[in-house]
Amino acid sequence: MALPRLRIGRTLAYVAALAVSAFVLAPIYLITIAAFSSFDAVYEYPKNLVPKDASIETMRVFLDSEGITDSLRRSAYVAAITIVVCLAIGTPAGYALARFSFRAANPFQLALVSTRAFPLIIIAIPLAVTYLRVGIDDTVYGVAMAHIAFTLPLTVLVTASVFAGISYELEEAAMTLGCNRLSAFRRIALPLAFPGVAASAIFIFVTSWNEVFAAAILTFRNRTLPAQLLAALDTSPLTYRLAGGFFLLAPALVVIFFIRKYLLTTWGRVAR
Amino acid sequence: MAEIRFEAVRKNFGKFAAVDGVDLEVRDKEFMVLLGPSGCGKTTLLRCLAGLERVDDGRVFIGDRDATDLAPRQRRIAMVFQSYAVFPHMKVYDNIAFGLRMQKEKKAKIEARVQSSAELLHIEELLDRYSSQLSGGQRQRVAVARAIATKADVLLMDEPLSNLDALLRLEMRAELKTLLQNLDATTIYVTHDQIEALSMGDRIAVMNKGRIVQLGNPLEVYDNPADTFVGGFIGNPPMNFLEAEVSTNGATSIATLSGGSFELAGEVAALAGHNLLLGIRAESIGVETAGADGLVQAKVIVLEPLGSHNLLTVRCGEDTLKVSVQPNLFPLADSDVWLRLEPERIRWMDRDTGVAIRTGTELFATETAVVTS
Repeated sequence: MALPRLRIGRTLAYVAALAVSAFVLAPIYLITIAAFSSFDAVYEYPKNLVPKDASIETMRVFLDSEGITDSLRRSAYVAAITIVVCLAIGTPAGYALARFSFRAANPFQLALVSTRAFPLIIIAIPLAVTYLRVGIDDTVYGVAMAHIAFTLPLTVLVTASVFAGISYELEEAAMTLGCNRLSAFRRIALPLAFPGVAASAIFIFVTSWNEVFAAAILTFRNRTLPAQLLAALDTSPLTYRLAGGFFLLAPALVVIFFIRKYLLTTWGRVAR
Repeated sequence: MAEIRFEAVRKNFGKFAAVDGVDLEVRDKEFMVLLGPSGCGKTTLLRCLAGLERVDDGRVFIGDRDATDLAPRQRRIAMVFQSYAVFPHMKVYDNIAFGLRMQKEKKAKIEARVQSSAELLHIEELLDRYSSQLSGGQRQRVAVARAIATKADVLLMDEPLSNLDALLRLEMRAELKTLLQNLDATTIYVTHDQIEALSMGDRIAVMNKGRIVQLGNPLEVYDNPADTFVGGFIGNPPMNFLEAEVSTNGATSIATLSGGSFELAGEVAALAGHNLLLGIRAESIGVETAGADGLVQAKVIVLEPLGSHNLLTVRCGEDTLKVSVQPNLFPLADSDVWLRLEPERIRWMDRDTGVAIRTGTELFATETAVVTS
């Protein structure tokens, strides 16, 4: 009795997994083949599920459109700045949260989480006003700063859980063997935390690369890719939108594909 | 050359005094065991010596240096951790070489030292492996090899054998003892296992509640426990403690237990004025199957054959005792036996304070211990 039931259960689990995967993958697949088809194929109905004539026509037109290469470059800048600053501040902060028990550790952690409860839409207007007043509106740095503000709290929490998973005795052993506190961190804790820190770098990248709301209200001429696409969305042809969609999707997918192992091992771990 | 001296060392965690004023001197090249139940402060004391904890009060001396304010790396110590703390992202070779590299030794010297340390621990074949590819026992060997590779003056071991299974622990115990005898380091070894302490230490410091309650060589600590805590903690089974009264009538003194009385030999003057506990080890009680003068009657509750000897639990008046007898003696449960409490093996304790009362008779055992060690 037990065995057939187990088999049915497993079959159902596979069916469910396949359904969820199809739900997520279908649009990605359609966007991808559309982005690499000729104009005719994009407008053709009914759609071909198997790409017939691969072509870079759609892609080329998209990349040649006004402002696209610039906005791509700006998106890359913003993401890079966000990653560097977030890791530079977030990793030591996460380490401190994991290793030292200071009086405000728990309230601090709670405050970090609660920043995520703030809907961006509420702070959007004051933020834009402040940016205008300070004079950092419509700049790459301004957008990066907003992205840092979104991602830094999570970076701290994630790296804290990574460091909490690395036994402090390892660093103590290094200290008895001739390290000081800093070199023990550099030689022991940091290399061991590397996969987890890399995973949070990816998370930061994906968040920043796809972030549209802050980018759209804080920039006007110097838009990042998502903001540029959003602005041009209702006045542009279908091919443009599909190719743009592909550019938003692709980097995140590629990156997640390569680090999926680390994502699972890191975030499957229980924080302290 | 490194003798170690703790002077009134104190370490608090919040309001809890983990180490509560410890004075201890360890001689150069001595094997000192810190023994005590979990939470007694023995590991904290060791970590204070390693520099991994800052002492709240008192001084720590290593060699002729005041090490109280030195960082761990300046203390010329090496430590083996309970969890082994083998670096998982390095091969065994790099683990053992780590300390030498931090000291910026020459490459050839590092290689020679790693080789010789690995050979001492029989792990030459494992140098290319990572920690995750090793068994617990092998990891333990790597941790010891890493600690001895730097030839530190002081070797600290925090329950190094407690994570091994029983058979491996027995094997490693003897191997570690041999190994450490051939090193020139002063060793401080923390354990909660009294057998490890007795079998390995030159001297044992028994700790309880953040203090050292007795310091002595293993036989002394075993034979003459300083109080009921030490008697109960060391030895398997623990020392028996019975409420007793001693009355003196001219030249003879009689000890009265709840289950009977017998004549005492030797000096008992020191016992006057105390509420008494009689302490005696299970193997110091003789068992007879027939009553006679000087024996105390008891009833057998249970018999546990242990191979090398049989362990009896008997009821004597209101007291329950553990008694070891020869393996060929099998008294039935509920049968009567007669106990001979060897007077010179009796240790008297004050019932109210738990502290041993020295009568002079126990000095014999101590002197023997010193001569044989």
